[in-house]
Amino acid sequence: MYDVVVVGAGPAGSMAAKTAAENGLNVLMVEKRQEIGVPVRCAEGVSKAELANFVEIDKKWIAAEVVGAKIYAPNGAEIVLAEEHAGNEVGYILERKIFDRHLARLAVKAGADVIVKTAAIGLERKDGTVKVKLKRMGEEWEVEAKIVVGADGVESRIGKLAGIDTTLKLSEIESCTQYLMSNIDFDPDYTYFWMGNEIAPGGYIWLFPKGERIANVGIGVMPSKAKKEAKEYLDDFVDERFKDGKIVEVVAGGVPVRGEIETAVADNVMLAGDAAHHADPITGGGIINALKAGKYAGIVAAEAVEKKNYSAEFLRKYDELWKNDFGKTLRRNKILQEKILSMDDETLNKLVGSLAGKNLGEMSVRNITIHLIKANPRLLWDIKDLFF
Amino acid sequence: MSKNGKRVVVDRYKCAYCGACIAVCKFNANELIETFLIIDDEKCNVCKACVKTCPMGALAVIEACES
Ligand SMILES: Cc1cc2nc3c(=O)[nH]c(=O)nc-3n(C[C@H](O)[C@H](O)[C@H](O)COP(=O)(O)OP(=O)(O)OC[C@H]3O[C@@H](n4cnc5c(N)ncnc54)[C@H](O)[C@@H]3O)c2cc1C
Ligand code: SF4
Ligand code: SF4
Repeated sequence: MYDVVVVGAGPAGSMAAKTAAENGLNVLMVEKRQEIGVPVRCAEGVSKAELANFVEIDKKWIAAEVVGAKIYAPNGAEIVLAEEHAGNEVGYILERKIFDRHLARLAVKAGADVIVKTAAIGLERKDGTVKVKLKRMGEEWEVEAKIVVGADGVESRIGKLAGIDTTLKLSEIESCTQYLMSNIDFDPDYTYFWMGNEIAPGGYIWLFPKGERIANVGIGVMPSKAKKEAKEYLDDFVDERFKDGKIVEVVAGGVPVRGEIETAVADNVMLAGDAAHHADPITGGGIINALKAGKYAGIVAAEAVEKKNYSAEFLRKYDELWKNDFGKTLRRNKILQEKILSMDDETLNKLVGSLAGKNLGEMSVRNITIHLIKANPRLLWDIKDLFF
Repeated sequence: MSKNGKRVVVDRYKCAYCGACIAVCKFNANELIETFLIIDDEKCNVCKACVKTCPMGALAVIEACES
């Protein structure tokens, strides 16, 4: 019997497996795909300082570094969020194909077993433990575990199998398409964000540099608001702006933007990362929260095994940990997201216009929102208490 | 089986096997195996949630007899 079976070898899964194994647990991580990290479903942007809390930085999986962000209103008004001094990079653009594999290797190094091309297809609780049904190349078998960590991403079924409803509504997901484009012009020191109900309803368009003249150019739209598929909006944008760009890779994906869920635990089960809708409703960023959640799940798994208690009640400790860490931010940013979604392009122009051309400093949702509230107290009065 | 003579089909030339359609299916009627999306007509309710979510426009509702 395993102490822990981790389902999914993304950032959340590998971090959970690594942490649990480091704490002496007997761990198996199963990954449905034949290649960990491939195909990529990500724009690969991440905060430098936060990432460094989890893993020693290795240039092998850093594609580029940036000093800040430029944000554009529908009418083109620009605000900048950046460190004043050169050499102060605050963000990395990762090479997730390599990064995800590196994390999986760290889990293996810590002692975890890993199998790929193997899907978890069923869960059955019996006498306090769980039987996890696995399927690999047509062959089905069961492994027994005390705890299952569902780190199976946006398409998660572990939650549902355990009785946690994780189906996303059409207003709780961003539908995304992205091109890795080469031969395009931009300043590689920045990430770029374009907003607007016409160009990206319920979401935004991004450009994240991966080097000189090469970048992830992508879009997220909210299916409840979009009039056509994400790809068409993106094609319109790149046709207009990057006519000479060559597309060298196509990426698609869904990002949960539901905000904080009530609980990510059930008897014997913890959900981590996108499976628990841990991605941020404003930015769509989910890598850091996935790493945090994975780590917390690993820690709580170790405590549960020590106490021989795998009940939902005991595992609520895990809920407490992730909620105290970033649950508040998910809640706050969900409210902010709803506020922004209610705005027409004219209002967005006014908001951004009030600070146009300025450098607001620190690249964070909190910082930019505080500046916007100060400049537009009436428009944003109802959310001010969330930020001050 | 199909609902009201309709069913959901995937255009494999357009599908980018991203899994977004799985996340919105409350009937657990679809499944992604590597690059291969399966829609279980028995479970599918033709609610179109997946059709509206697909970033690539790879899903469509057709008359059941069409294929
Ligand atoms: C287009 C796009 C752009 C994004 N950009 C950013 C960004 O710039 N910055 C950022 O921080 N975040 C970004 N995100 C979000 C980020 O990619 C996710 O939040 C992150 O990957 C979540 O990690 P995870 O470990 O929870 O899940 P994933 O990385 O999705 O890993 C889940 C794994 O579980 C496996 N799996 C699923 N079901 C099973 C099963 N039944 N059995 C076994 N294995 C299974 C999957 O194959 C997968 O490998 C973006 C997402 C998209 C779609
Ligand atoms: S959402 Fe569309 S592109 Fe993604 S797996 Fe489903 S059918 Fe394929
Ligand atoms: S139409 Fe509805 S029930 Fe059928 S696969 Fe799509 S989301 Fe699921």
